[in-house]
Amino acid sequence: MFAYTIRRLATLVPVLLGMTFIVFMMIRAIPGNPAQLILGQQATKEAVASLTKRLGLDQPWYTQFIDYLTGLFTGDLGVSLKTNVAISEEIWPYLAATIELALVAMAIAIVIGVNAGIISAWFQNSWFDYTAMVLALVGVSMPIFWLGLMEQYVFSIHFDLLPTTGRDNIRVPVDPITHLYLIDTLIQGRMDQFSEVVKHLILPGVALGTIPMAIIARMTRSSMLEVMRSDYIRTARAKGMKMFWVVYKHSLKNALIPVVTVIGLQTGLLLGGAILTETIFGWPGIGTYIYDAISYRDYPVIQSGILVVATIFVLINLLVDLLYAAIDPRIKFK
Amino acid sequence: MKKSLWTLFALMLALSLALAGCSSGGDSSKGGDDGKVDPNNVMIYGRGGDSVALDPAVVTDGESFIVTEQIYEPLVNYGKDNTDIVPGLAKEWDISEDGLTYTFTLEEGVKFHDGEKFNADAVVKNFDRWAQSKDGEKFAYYGSMFGGFEGDEGHVIKDVKADGEYKVVITLTKPQAPFLKNVAMSPFAIASPKSLDGDKLSKEPVGTGPFKFKSWKPNDTIVLEKNADYWVEDMPKLDGVTFKVIKDNSSRLNALTKGEIDLMDALNPSDMKKVSDNSKLQSFERPSMNVGYLGFNVEKAPFDKKEVRQAISHLIDKQAIIDNFYEGTAEPAKNPMPPSIAGYNDEIQDREYDEAKAKELLAKAGLEKGFEMDLWAMPVARPYMPNGQKVAEAIQAKLAKVNIKANIVTFEWGTYLEKVQKGEAPMFMLGWTGDNGDADNFLYTLLDKDTIDSNNYSRYANEDVHKLLVEAQTTADEAKREELYKQAQVIIHEDAPWVPLVHSKPQLAGASKIKGFVPHPTGSQSFADVSFE
Repeated sequence: MFAYTIRRLATLVPVLLGMTFIVFMMIRAIPGNPAQLILGQQATKEAVASLTKRLGLDQPWYTQFIDYLTGLFTGDLGVSLKTNVAISEEIWPYLAATIELALVAMAIAIVIGVNAGIISAWFQNSWFDYTAMVLALVGVSMPIFWLGLMEQYVFSIHFDLLPTTGRDNIRVPVDPITHLYLIDTLIQGRMDQFSEVVKHLILPGVALGTIPMAIIARMTRSSMLEVMRSDYIRTARAKGMKMFWVVYKHSLKNALIPVVTVIGLQTGLLLGGAILTETIFGWPGIGTYIYDAISYRDYPVIQSGILVVATIFVLINLLVDLLYAAIDPRIKFK
Repeated sequence: MKKSLWTLFALMLALSLALAGCSSGGDSSKGGDDGKVDPNNVMIYGRGGDSVALDPAVVTDGESFIVTEQIYEPLVNYGKDNTDIVPGLAKEWDISEDGLTYTFTLEEGVKFHDGEKFNADAVVKNFDRWAQSKDGEKFAYYGSMFGGFEGDEGHVIKDVKADGEYKVVITLTKPQAPFLKNVAMSPFAIASPKSLDGDKLSKEPVGTGPFKFKSWKPNDTIVLEKNADYWVEDMPKLDGVTFKVIKDNSSRLNALTKGEIDLMDALNPSDMKKVSDNSKLQSFERPSMNVGYLGFNVEKAPFDKKEVRQAISHLIDKQAIIDNFYEGTAEPAKNPMPPSIAGYNDEIQDREYDEAKAKELLAKAGLEKGFEMDLWAMPVARPYMPNGQKVAEAIQAKLAKVNIKANIVTFEWGTYLEKVQKGEAPMFMLGWTGDNGDADNFLYTLLDKDTIDSNNYSRYANEDVHKLLVEAQTTADEAKREELYKQAQVIIHEDAPWVPLVHSKPQLAGASKIKGFVPHPTGSQSFADVSFE
């Protein structure tokens, strides 16, 4: 397994390199000069020309690409054109905000999604099954924008239960240490702030978790149905085992492999795909960081931002592959 | 299942902690624990985007200026709701007969937030920093408002000298009529001389203003707290101001309704009723200092013919556009500058919506059969143009009535600006928000032959207009200047390089407890005298 992991990690290098190249070429294919956008409508031509030169944007693309790669191999993610700060210094707070949100969203999605799928399969064709699967269909096709605003309207304004936007109570802000506020508030022993942070996570977490929840529920159900038809389940039931254990122990273990795959993929997607949720809930995450960079033509931030997200994405997938062996001992990596 | 899940979680957590360890954190914060802050006396201002940096001299975006305006102050200020000049850090000033020497007398006993003394020396150091940098990309506003940098031919500031501890003498190379209005702009606020080296100010701003910087969480909040030693008595009234980014206009209103924020900008015109129906909220209107327009590239056929441009002017129903897409929060424009600016020519008769007249003019140009062309629609919402696509469709429908087929095209914003600047668009929508409240900043910047290839997107070149505008730049006599600008507007109206569409009035909303908030036409104002009831 160790050798397998090393081999897999090695294959990640060409994958990430290829991705970097594609992103690099794509953002340069969009017209629009970053220098002009940085300096604004007021700028003189000379200023734009000199900034273009200073940013190295007048160089041929292959020179720029090689410069960027050289930087990457020395651990330099580049400097943001907009803020003039090294990306490696400024990216973490954004990434942390999104990781926290994505983990909560996935926790909600997994707990509800997996259980709904299991119960639907257990009581196939029951009213629960039908309702859950219709809801799942609605969930997959739900526009997050609309869902987010409705959540705010119902739970924040109408019932006054939860806050509308942000990560913390702005009037009593959290002092960041790791930038994962759940952890920071615990370290500082600020339980009042901890509960505020939890409250702030619920609405965006549900909004972001809805689509993965629906996908997970459907995948769990179909996977479970297949397993529950197999011989060893009939045997287990024939020897008088309680149905609950048959479902949650014997069936689930074999049904989990495709579900874990989906969970891994969705977690990766949430990291980069939280833009809408972040926009609506005033969440200072990596999605809006990269999105803003695109409209600003902040090339280094787009490249390195996507690179970081992509790296996490492939690492999660590697992790999922390794988990297969943990779930099912019959799977061996060679 | 449980085991695998916990493994996944534990690994993610380990990963994130490891990452946290590698980074030094993106936000900078500064100690400041003098005086207790009452969280309920802190105003939270919700807005659509974060600041770029907090050094006013190097930024060009409104979201940065609205914060720096609280931290720093310029020598002179604008009036509370207009662009007349009132005292700031300079309590009085004297202009020499020839308009070349400005002597400012400074307030005494003012201190920067870092304890440094504010005096003539500090002012000189700030001006030297900008002028001697010769760096048009860093100090973009300095270069464009004062004609370049030290040694440049067009640079209007000859030197800046201290005369004793509290007098500053600025000598110009040639008279610049809007000089004081330029000096009052946010970018020319005075920073502590101790912080001028390098890029420190961008992250750790130090000025003399009513609020001082406390912390900045990027894309989230900027926290300012009361400057207890502020030199103006009884100010500021608030204990602090926090700027919070909530990108979506509707959720920003939700946060305001819930009381999480106290004031917000960019209220959707369609949400105005929600605010007026809620007794806990009030709305504010920012006086217009902008213009949205439909421009023609006067070098491209058929728009090289004046009759065609005039004909199209007769085909735009401005009031209908305002009613439908601005919800009434704008006024129709007949000149390239808004009426709040001195020199506005109110005698000009706007071209009424009139199809017959348009047909007649087209016939004169030999185009009675109509023609086909591209109409460029703005891809982004701007205060002067909240919905470019819809306005373009309305214009398209009217043009079709005289057989002009307009194909609506659009590009991503950066691309759009670049292409329009290069003259690729035959007919396009654009707009402008004024910088210093002077007519020069509209007419010269947007329609003089000198500014073709920069902001004169119509590529309009008229010698008579050029003469008037250049003369106005060096005329000190206000009445005479206004007369010159009025004349220029008459010629521009006749030539019709644009159809001026609207001057919009951006809407803000706030909690009804807010007192003393007056939105300024420039887009940023000090919150020093804002208070909660």
